[in-house]
Amino acid sequence: MGDIKAWLQAIEEWRLPLGRWVEQFVDWLTDTFPAFFEFLSDVLFGGYEALADLLIWPMDVVMILILGVLGVLARGWRFGLGGTAALFVISLLNLWDPAMETLALILGSVVIATVLAIPIGIAAARSDIVSNVVRPVLDFMQTMPPLVYLIPAIILFGVGVVPGLIATIIFAMPPGIRLTELGIRQVDQEVVEAGHAFGSAPGEILRQIQLPLARPTIMAGINQVIMLALSMVVLAGFVGAPGLGQEVLSAISRVEIGPGAEAGLSVVILAIYLDRVTAALGTGSGASPGSALSRWRTRFAGRVSVRARTTKEDT
Amino acid sequence: MAAIRAEGLYKVFGRRPDDVVRQLDEGASTEDVVARGATPAVIDVSFEVQPGEIFVVMGLSGSGKSTLIRMLNGLLTPSAGHVHVGDRDVSMLGAKELRQLRSEEMSMVFQHFALLPHRTVLENAAYALKVRGFDKETRDEKGRDALNLVGLSGWEDRLPSQLSGGMKQRVGLARALAAETDIMLMDEAFSALDPLIRREMQDQLIDLQHRLNKTIVFITHDLNEAMRLGDRIAVMRAGRIVQIGTPEEILREPADDYVAEFVKDVDRTRVLTASSVMEPVTEQAGSHDQYGRVSANTLLSDVFAMTERNPLPLAVVDGDNRTLGVINERTLLHAMVRADEGQAREQEASHG
Repeated sequence: MGDIKAWLQAIEEWRLPLGRWVEQFVDWLTDTFPAFFEFLSDVLFGGYEALADLLIWPMDVVMILILGVLGVLARGWRFGLGGTAALFVISLLNLWDPAMETLALILGSVVIATVLAIPIGIAAARSDIVSNVVRPVLDFMQTMPPLVYLIPAIILFGVGVVPGLIATIIFAMPPGIRLTELGIRQVDQEVVEAGHAFGSAPGEILRQIQLPLARPTIMAGINQVIMLALSMVVLAGFVGAPGLGQEVLSAISRVEIGPGAEAGLSVVILAIYLDRVTAALGTGSGASPGSALSRWRTRFAGRVSVRARTTKEDT
Repeated sequence: MAAIRAEGLYKVFGRRPDDVVRQLDEGASTEDVVARGATPAVIDVSFEVQPGEIFVVMGLSGSGKSTLIRMLNGLLTPSAGHVHVGDRDVSMLGAKELRQLRSEEMSMVFQHFALLPHRTVLENAAYALKVRGFDKETRDEKGRDALNLVGLSGWEDRLPSQLSGGMKQRVGLARALAAETDIMLMDEAFSALDPLIRREMQDQLIDLQHRLNKTIVFITHDLNEAMRLGDRIAVMRAGRIVQIGTPEEILREPADDYVAEFVKDVDRTRVLTASSVMEPVTEQAGSHDQYGRVSANTLLSDVFAMTERNPLPLAVVDGDNRTLGVINERTLLHAMVRADEGQAREQEASHG
C-alpha cells in the first residue's frame, strides 16, 4: 500500500523536463561551435556598425531630404513632401540618431531575412515535402512569443546588436517564405506548361516565368518582413540592441509617458514611411500615376516602341 | 514514315498505375477500376499521324484528349505504351533530349493562350527562339515574320493584356509558328473564342496550312470544328478512341451510337463532297455532256449554291474533266436525309 502511494506521488511530481533539454541543447551548441557563433557575431556586428555609421554620417537634414526624394520617386510629390515633414518631426524630437540605428537594424535584418526567405519559399513551392516540413516551422517561428527568442540569442551571442538582429531575422522571415511560396504556386499553370512545352529548362521557367509573375506577391511578403522587423527591433532593445527600442525601454523602466510617446511616434513614422515606399516599389503599377518613377517608366516604354517602329520602317 | 506514332498508350492517375493498366488489359471495365479509386484518363490508344496532316482528336471534356496530347510531347509520361516522334521514342528521352525535342520539333498552342503577360507581343512570339538561344536580331526578325503571318503586324510592342481574345490566340499561334517546328500541337486552341472569331481563326489555320504544310494534332470538343479542319478525326470517349477516319467516313459510317449521336448536329453540306454522294452514270454515254459540271471535291453546300444557275442533274468530273458520276435531286435529298435516319427509325418503332 505504502509503495503505491509513493509511486503515485512520484508520478504526480514528475514534470516533463523540456526546459532542461533546451538548455542542454543550447549549451551543446555553444560548446561545439564556438568559433562559428563568434564569426557570425563579428560579421553581423561589423555589418550593422558600417550601415548605422553610413546612415548617421550625413547631417539630419541631408538624410531627411534623401529619404524625401526617394519618397517622391516611389510615390509622387504628395507622399514625398508629407514623408519629409514627418521624418523632420523625428529630428525635432532629437531622436534622429536612434531612428537611424533602428533603420540600420531593419535594413540589415530585412536583407538577410529576404536572402534566406526567397530560396526557401521557392523550394517549398516546388516540393510538397519541403512545403509540409517548412509550414509547422513557420507556425512555430510566428507564434512563439518573440521575447522568448531573445533568451537563446543572448546565450549564443551575448548582449547587444547581434542577438537583436538574429531574433528579428527569425521573427520577420516567415511571411517572406509563405508569400514567395504562395506567389509561385499561384502562377497560371498553363503559362508554366507553355514554358515546358517550348523546351525551357526548370531554371529558366523559374527565372523567366514564375518569379516575374509572382513578383507582386513576393514583394508583398517582403513588405510584411519589413513591418515585422520594425516591431521586433523595438523589442530587441531589451537585449541591448541600440536604436528607438532603447528609448522605449528607458521610458518604460522609468514609467515616463512623455519620452515613451515620442519614441513610439518615431517608430510609427518610420514604419509608415518604409511601408509605403516598399509597397510602391513592389507592385510596379502601384507607383501612383503622378510619380516620377511611373512617368519615367512610361517615357522609357514609349521610346522603346518608337525606336522599334522606326527600325521597322527602315527595313 | 509517320510523323507521330502512338502505340497502346495508357495514362492512369492515382496510385499504382501499373496495376490498373494490367487490370484494364485483362478486360476490367473502366467502371471497375474507377470504383477502386484510379482515374484512367487514356486507355489503350494507338494512332499514326502522317506528315502534313491535320489530325483532330475530338471528344467531350473528360474524354482524355488533353491528357493524350500532353503525352505526345512528354509533358505527361504514359503509364504504358509508346509515343514515337519520327524515329525517336519520347518516353526513352532524357530531360535534355526531351527539351530539345519540344523546342525543335513540336510546338504547342494552348486553350487559354498561355502568353507571358510581362513580355511584349513580339517577345512572346519569339519565345521559342529565345529558349533555343538565338540572338536578339534573329529572334526579332523571325518573331515579326510569324506575327505578320497571323496578321498582327504593328502590334509587336503591346502587352498581351492590351489584346482581344482572338488576337491573343494569334500571338499563341505566331509563337508556335516562329518555333519553325514540323509538328504543332493545338490543345482546344479556338475553344475559348467567340463563334465568329473562332470561324475566322479556323479559316486562317486552313490557309496557313496550305502554305506551311505542318503536321498538326488538333484537340477539340466541337465536331463541326473537327470536320472543318481535320484530314482525319479520332473520336474519343471515356479515354478510348472509338473511331478514326476522314470526316466523310465518320459522317457516313459512324462506328457506334455515341458517334452517331454526335454526327447528328453536324452540317452535312459542309463536310460531304460531290464525289461522296454522286450516283454512277446509268444513262447512255454522252447524254450527260450537256449537264452542268462540278469538280469531285466540291462541298455539297457549294453544289446547292450552283443549282441556282445550273439546273440539276449535274455531272461530277475529275481534274481531267472526265465524268465520274451524276448528282440529281434524289441524290441530294438522300444525302441530307441520312443523318436523320436513326431518328426516323426510332419514331417508327415507337409508333409501331
